[in-house]
Amino acid sequence: MTSRKVEILVGLFVVLTVAAGMMLALNVVNQGMSGQAETYTLYAKFDNVGGLKDRSAIKVGGVTVGRVTSIKLDSDAFTPVVALSISKDYHQFPETSSVSILTSGLLGEQYIGFQPGFKIEGIEDLREGDFISDTKSALILEDLIGQFLFSKGN
Amino acid sequence: MQWLAQIGHSTLDKSAACGRALLMLLGAIIAKPQLLKNTPLTIRQIYVVGVQSLLIIVVAGLFIGMVMALQGYTILVSYGAEGSLGPMVALSLLRELGPVVTALLFAGRAGSALTAEIGLMKATEQLSSLEMMAIDPLRRIVAPRLWAGIISMPMLALIFSAVGILGGHVVGVEWLGVDSGSYWSIMQSSVDWDKDVVNGIIKTVVFAFVITWIAIFKGYDAIPTSEGISKATTETVVFSSLAVLGLDFILTALMFGIE
Amino acid sequence: MENLVEIDNLTFSRGGRVLYDDISMRIVKGKTTAIMGPSGIGKTTMLRLMGGQLRPDSGDIRFKGESIQAMRRNRLFTVRRQMSMLFQSGALFTDMTVFDNIAFPLREHTKLSEAVISTIVLLKLQAVGLRGAAYMMPAELSGGMARRAALARAIALDPELIMYDEPFAGQDPISMGVLVKLIKALNDALQLTSVVVTHDVKEVLTIADYIYILAEKKVIGSGTPEEIKNSDSPLVQQFLQGQADGPVPFHYPADSLRKTFLGTS
Repeated sequence: MTSRKVEILVGLFVVLTVAAGMMLALNVVNQGMSGQAETYTLYAKFDNVGGLKDRSAIKVGGVTVGRVTSIKLDSDAFTPVVALSISKDYHQFPETSSVSILTSGLLGEQYIGFQPGFKIEGIEDLREGDFISDTKSALILEDLIGQFLFSKGN
Repeated sequence: MQWLAQIGHSTLDKSAACGRALLMLLGAIIAKPQLLKNTPLTIRQIYVVGVQSLLIIVVAGLFIGMVMALQGYTILVSYGAEGSLGPMVALSLLRELGPVVTALLFAGRAGSALTAEIGLMKATEQLSSLEMMAIDPLRRIVAPRLWAGIISMPMLALIFSAVGILGGHVVGVEWLGVDSGSYWSIMQSSVDWDKDVVNGIIKTVVFAFVITWIAIFKGYDAIPTSEGISKATTETVVFSSLAVLGLDFILTALMFGIE
Repeated sequence: MENLVEIDNLTFSRGGRVLYDDISMRIVKGKTTAIMGPSGIGKTTMLRLMGGQLRPDSGDIRFKGESIQAMRRNRLFTVRRQMSMLFQSGALFTDMTVFDNIAFPLREHTKLSEAVISTIVLLKLQAVGLRGAAYMMPAELSGGMARRAALARAIALDPELIMYDEPFAGQDPISMGVLVKLIKALNDALQLTSVVVTHDVKEVLTIADYIYILAEKKVIGSGTPEEIKNSDSPLVQQFLQGQADGPVPFHYPADSLRKTFLGTS
């Protein structure tokens, strides 16, 4: 085995590895994360964030427009404040928009459903750092059961 | 009480062997890197250890991907969740099967070959003659093989996972009728570069290091007779396989443990 | 007459067994010294001690006046370039041609150009009579040819000391004759110092200038071939004449035959 042939084969081996790596990077992995487009941040307060996690999706009508970047407790009211990082391609949401925590499928992960509000005269668009006022917290199973039992009892 | 003495003796032997293994490793790695001289040697070893293992890795990856798609489909379809076939195949391969199966195959094929080669070099006094020619066998024989193993195995594991996912696609989409779009898109939303691919690569590097080290040391330390080399070769395969499985558990617990 | 290697009061044991007990030897420069003795007394070990691959328990081995034990690793490697060892099996590197095997030490230790190296390699091969086999693989060589190729490799860097480990073992009469001729010729032509470890009495008596006979952990005889042949030690005579029984007994120690078969002493 001449060293020339050996070198060529090792080179092909490396090429094959790079091809496999590219295939994985492009086709298999979550593409939302790799392409870091320009984003802006909005905030929302909830009573209960349920199973929402960092990097959960933010969807408008099913289309992913951004990701949750942090979930912290507000220091005065001790309620959760969620930071929403939204792609700058979608920058015209009116102030009357609402957000709610929804579950994908029956057992799936939780995500933020973003409902754009009405656009009429005098209503401004949401800008970087604004708080969304209209929020619906996650459905807690125990509360539901409690409500059900309570209403059954009556 | 004879067995008690045996245990003590055996423990001392094993500790001495570990010490020798560490000294061999340090002797091979801690040295002035003579890149010009040693790179061709390392490249040649990458050919022996990596390129020549490609066939078994690709075939194994393909078949394992295909079998997983088959088995997974039958289970998922009963929950109406056959769309999740993509992420199931991808995550199993990237996180576990890719690193572990590649490691076990590598230990069997390349590991045993390394042990036998070095053991035979020791038996035919080639290592001694290198020493007498004032050439350090650790730098000339051991180091290139060590680096070749550490470099080749992660590459093989990556190829294994990629081929497996493609194999899963062939069976799932072409044969079983899972929608091609959902195969890839649901996979994309479940597989994360940092958590899954990179962690898998880290595992492979750790496994590669352990297997190559054990294989080379067993050959270097072997008793230079035919039984000695045969024993060393078997021990390489057994020890490295067990080490891989044990480390896999530890690494998985560290990486994918409860957040 | 200067000594190239001096061994003083060497004691060495391995695995609990003492191999050498307080022995002293002198290897004279420019001469062929033979070390003989029964099998299993560790003659190869002696060569390894001289080359610094093993450390003695006590005593001193000096090469050109410098103590080998006291040398640091780097110095030892430098000194080893002046020594060469021919192993019993030849120990050629099986994955390269004969030519590359001999070029190996030249490529590793010198910065000579390929053209010069090629010339040197072919000349060394010519000296051992294998120039025509330069591009064969070691697996294609017969035992005798492999040994000659290994010899060419051993003289590639023009060392001062060559150590031969059982060079005549298992050779047919023709190969034996070739090797004997080569060892003598090289020693004289290249002004080498040769140490031959062997138990082939007939061959070595024809070429050795000085002989040491080792047995039972000590030097039991030393001298020129003439002196050895006329030695009055029974052990030396048994060895030289190849007698089956004598100071080294025929029977491995055991109970008497009577006791084994009849149960009485």
